[in-house]
Amino acid sequence: MDGLLDHADVVGQRLRREGEAESGETGSSLAMPAAAIAKRPLRAPKRAAAWPADGRAPPFPFSAIVAQEEMKRALLLAAIDPTIGGVLIFGDRGTGKSTAVRALAALLPPMRAVVGDPYNGAPQAGARGQKTHLVPVPVVDLPLGATEDRVVGALDLEKALASGEKAFQPGLLARAHRGFLYIDEANLLEDHLVDVLLDVAASGENVVEREGLSIRHPARFVLVGSGNPEEGELRPQLLDRFGLSVEVATPADLPTRIAVVKRRDAYDRDPRGFCGQWQAADQAIGRRLIAGRKRLAQIETSDAALTRVAELCLHLGTDGLRGELTLMRTARALAALEGAQEILDSHIRTVAPMALRHRLRRNPLDEAGSTVRVERALAEVFGP
Amino acid sequence: MTAPGASATEVPALTPWRIADIAAALLALDGASIGGVSLRAPAGPVREAWLARLSALRGGAPCSRMPAGIGDARLLGGLDLTATLAMGRPVAERGLLAEADGGVLIVAMAERVEAATAAKLCAVMDAGAVTVERDGIALTIPTRFAVVALDEGIAADERPPAALTDRLALRLDLTALSHREIEPPVFDAESLAAARARVAATIDDETIACLCAAALALGIDSTRTALQAVKVARLVAALAGREAVAPEDAALAAALVLAPRATQLPARSEEAEAQEPGPEPDSQPDSPPSESDEQAAAPPRDLDEMVLDVAKAAIPAGLLAQLLAAGGRTRARAAGRAGQLQKAAQRGRVVGSKAGDLRGGARLDVVETLRAAAPWQRLRHSEAAMAGRNGLIVRREDFRIARYKQRSETATLFIVDASGSSALQRLAEAKGAVRLLLAECYVRRDEVALIAFRKAQAEIVLSPTRSLVAAERALAGLPGGGATPLATAIEAACALADAVRRKGRTPALVTRS
Repeated sequence: MDGLLDHADVVGQRLRREGEAESGETGSSLAMPAAAIAKRPLRAPKRAAAWPADGRAPPFPFSAIVAQEEMKRALLLAAIDPTIGGVLIFGDRGTGKSTAVRALAALLPPMRAVVGDPYNGAPQAGARGQKTHLVPVPVVDLPLGATEDRVVGALDLEKALASGEKAFQPGLLARAHRGFLYIDEANLLEDHLVDVLLDVAASGENVVEREGLSIRHPARFVLVGSGNPEEGELRPQLLDRFGLSVEVATPADLPTRIAVVKRRDAYDRDPRGFCGQWQAADQAIGRRLIAGRKRLAQIETSDAALTRVAELCLHLGTDGLRGELTLMRTARALAALEGAQEILDSHIRTVAPMALRHRLRRNPLDEAGSTVRVERALAEVFGP
Repeated sequence: MTAPGASATEVPALTPWRIADIAAALLALDGASIGGVSLRAPAGPVREAWLARLSALRGGAPCSRMPAGIGDARLLGGLDLTATLAMGRPVAERGLLAEADGGVLIVAMAERVEAATAAKLCAVMDAGAVTVERDGIALTIPTRFAVVALDEGIAADERPPAALTDRLALRLDLTALSHREIEPPVFDAESLAAARARVAATIDDETIACLCAAALALGIDSTRTALQAVKVARLVAALAGREAVAPEDAALAAALVLAPRATQLPARSEEAEAQEPGPEPDSQPDSPPSESDEQAAAPPRDLDEMVLDVAKAAIPAGLLAQLLAAGGRTRARAAGRAGQLQKAAQRGRVVGSKAGDLRGGARLDVVETLRAAAPWQRLRHSEAAMAGRNGLIVRREDFRIARYKQRSETATLFIVDASGSSALQRLAEAKGAVRLLLAECYVRRDEVALIAFRKAQAEIVLSPTRSLVAAERALAGLPGGGATPLATAIEAACALADAVRRKGRTPALVTRS
């Protein structure tokens, strides 16, 4: 039992240390070579005049998504505490994976950013005379056919052609800073792009060297990936990078299915009207999200909870401390979302499958899926 | 709505061609809203006739054509280098998907389209827009189109990527159809124009519930399919000149959308069976006309029952036989015979290029490198002017190396129990199976190996080979009898599989004991 307590202690210290580091970091300067950056809005590329203006429908409302509670919860928790480290959604076709992620964008409360900063930089703590404005939290889609220069950023082509001038054009990673980066069909992403993403996600910083120009800018984002296991496995390195992993399946019961089809059909026929109907429900979730974020810092991480978490992870034999840390943060985020004062066993139980199922060592003799193994361990540690 | 099922007489005889004809009309009416059609048929007069029918219904408007091995630049768009250099500012080039807006996109040889290409196509269909993030260009172009996936696959597992077919509401199989079975057109451009005014036909909750129930009963997992059935029902109603979806429209939608995707035969309630002795699940699979005659005579029944019956009658003959043979639920899974895609440095098909060094024998993609270098020439010349340099300036960061992919070959390893307990009969079976596979290998360029285990050891009787003669000889001299050292055999098989994999082939193990 001593060993267990030591283990819990290590995790506790690590959590506290990280918490301090992060709170110190948010206000600090986002080191960037200002001279090299062209002062221009982020959506720099021009639209050719002949193409029609984008009159697309608003996204399907988050609150109107039927069932799939675990997926919705995971997304909300990742939005409450970005340090959880993103969500991976794996599952059958037609279960609303990308719908949910795109819907999340509409829920997120706007954030404050420095006017004219191409990287959505947060206002500095002590700086005066900085103009700030509220901007929507970016939820950036990484399309599968994207080229590397657009992902990491490159020289501004137009300026290079027109005036022979060197200017940096930020890429998708810059746009996703302080927001979400969404990869649909993550398992089909080109390997060289995956390498870049892993590198940036780990360091929180994007470095571009091109045409004798050296750019370094912060790129901290919540990685959200979705995919279908039938299309291929995800590389273990990428798998481990996601804080939470959710498995979605098609609802098996008829009433749920009917509700899914009815709502989707209603949305397809009149997107704007449908979104209007669900606006109030969406706003309610948005308010819960804001309240949860505020409460997050006040939630105590008790030693009892830490012990529980460590016990569970030891039981499952997860590698490294990342499992414990993620589980703890996720449980804390859930406590915040539900308005609790402290982390309860019920919180840990709820989030344990999504925080741990992709971190288990594959056991060839155990035929049960990893979800079943987590649940079994939960029952053994917490009792039935 | 009228009394449920009262007008079952109106359900027309659904010959395969008639289903195809209706599908063409639906595509022409509003194909983009239902995704499109997956058309399995060999190139030939029947497929041509169907495409001509579709073209005529669309007023002769041309279709965009997407080859299976299309590159990202053409598919999604990117930088138009010629125009860019001429104009001195970045000019975007529209990709095929943006060009297809408002029309029909024909995917040729859809069974050979790669999962990654299909995923890009699907993302565009889902979003209703192409998102281009390529070559320094970022834009979003709205586009809506219907997809006609021409599936020329012959084997059961040669199919277009499931992600794509899942998004195409209609699925046709005209493989067995002869050109003599082509019927005169039922719809023309004028009747479609009239229907187009009514595409917003209403559908009541009961019908939606019924279509969902039918999908569930047929073992269809994706909720997208049920939604597509609802949309198709609307279009069918519009085509029939109705303002609201009638039971027969729902039934036809079920036949069009649900039937070809069935993975199980619905379990019938006992009373229904007692009521009508007519269409049993195992009745003649290829006689839907007679079945709909019986429906006319059948007593009025539930909407659910009717929809399900019509759908069941429309299950393609081949699929029905397969479902009956399976006796219940079959899950169509990839058979896993195709070798894994191997990322080769120098061989295979070019699948694009990436920035990189020329070390390690990588091959330079000259065109892509020049494309990468071209836009920067002006900038570089202004810098190089002082040094007095002229001509094209290509720098290291412009280098693009080609990425190749090749399908690795498969090697099937047979592990056969040749011990006394099972020797005679099973050994003969295994020999037969290996011979059959070898014959197939000649066509597929796969390899076969045979490990037999008996007495105290497992023996590699036949090393991975493609040679018919060597295989025949090794098989003929295979002895039998003795104990059963299964563990040794598995170990030997793993070692051989490893060796096979090191050679860059994909091993598949088949054990008989």
